[in-house]
Amino acid sequence: MRRALLLPCLGALLALSAPVLADSLMPAAELADTQLPDPKQEAEAKALMETLRCLVCQGQSIADSNAEMAGDMRALVRRRIAAGESPEQIRAWLVQRYGSWVSYEPTLNRMTWPLWGLPIILLLVGLWLARGRFKRSKRG
Amino acid sequence: MKRLILWAPLALFILFVAVFASGLISPSSHDIRSQMIGKPLPAFDLPSGAPGHPGLKQSALATGEPHLLNIFASWCIPCAAEAPQLKQLADAGVPIDAIAIRDRPEDVASFLSRWGDPYRAIGSDVDSRVQMAMGSSGVPETFVVDGKGIIRHQHIGQIMPEDVPALLAAVRAAR
Repeated sequence: MRRALLLPCLGALLALSAPVLADSLMPAAELADTQLPDPKQEAEAKALMETLRCLVCQGQSIADSNAEMAGDMRALVRRRIAAGESPEQIRAWLVQRYGSWVSYEPTLNRMTWPLWGLPIILLLVGLWLARGRFKRSKRG
Repeated sequence: MKRLILWAPLALFILFVAVFASGLISPSSHDIRSQMIGKPLPAFDLPSGAPGHPGLKQSALATGEPHLLNIFASWCIPCAAEAPQLKQLADAGVPIDAIAIRDRPEDVASFLSRWGDPYRAIGSDVDSRVQMAMGSSGVPETFVVDGKGIIRHQHIGQIMPEDVPALLAAVRAAR
């Protein structure tokens, strides 16, 4: 009896779990999936896209993501590269609006210095500890 | 002292486990707040997003009184769910302008006739350009803009009935 109920219940659950976030009916933005005619500019744009976070499917870059917003962000990157902006200017423009989380390439500042500083500090601490060891073995 | 140092690796290990565990337990995606709070609106001039509504210019929001700027779309389901709350805010006398993201005027019109129309002006942002210039990362989002056109507050996600008093207070504070 229970098992007979299970299947329709599962079916109802599946029907109810339709995606909540729909997509629009609009086509992708003009430059979202179209390469720039200049291969050098396209390479610059592609490299930048791979280091920008998709705001919808966080964890993917906008180069990898199929989200519509990622497409709009790719279009923004290509449009600005084509207009002569440098990749770092575009990254700064986005960071100014979304914070540094939007970029996969951390910049050196008061918050992020341990990323580079900590390995050096740990290495120095290690050397200092090892030095103690060597001293003792010499005496012994 | 020596005794204590012997425990240091275990203490470090437990610290690492705690950091990883908290990372696993906390939700995997989080809201990205706009960094534009306290800054003036970006310059924009959007065409009308729905018949019967004018388009939206950033200068139209700097008229001396605070506005709500609702970022929505006809294809967005939470946007339909927040419609009663927007109506409540409009009934309380708050002017609400909107930007329709990736939308067509006919779709917006049918959305408004189905869920209610609390908006004055509706700008159409077909490639999310203005949305990105504002640091908004999805629909729906609602910004409080003061009388000088400075962004004062951002509400991410749908407005729930319990959010209405806080938004009204933010509008009052922006006066």
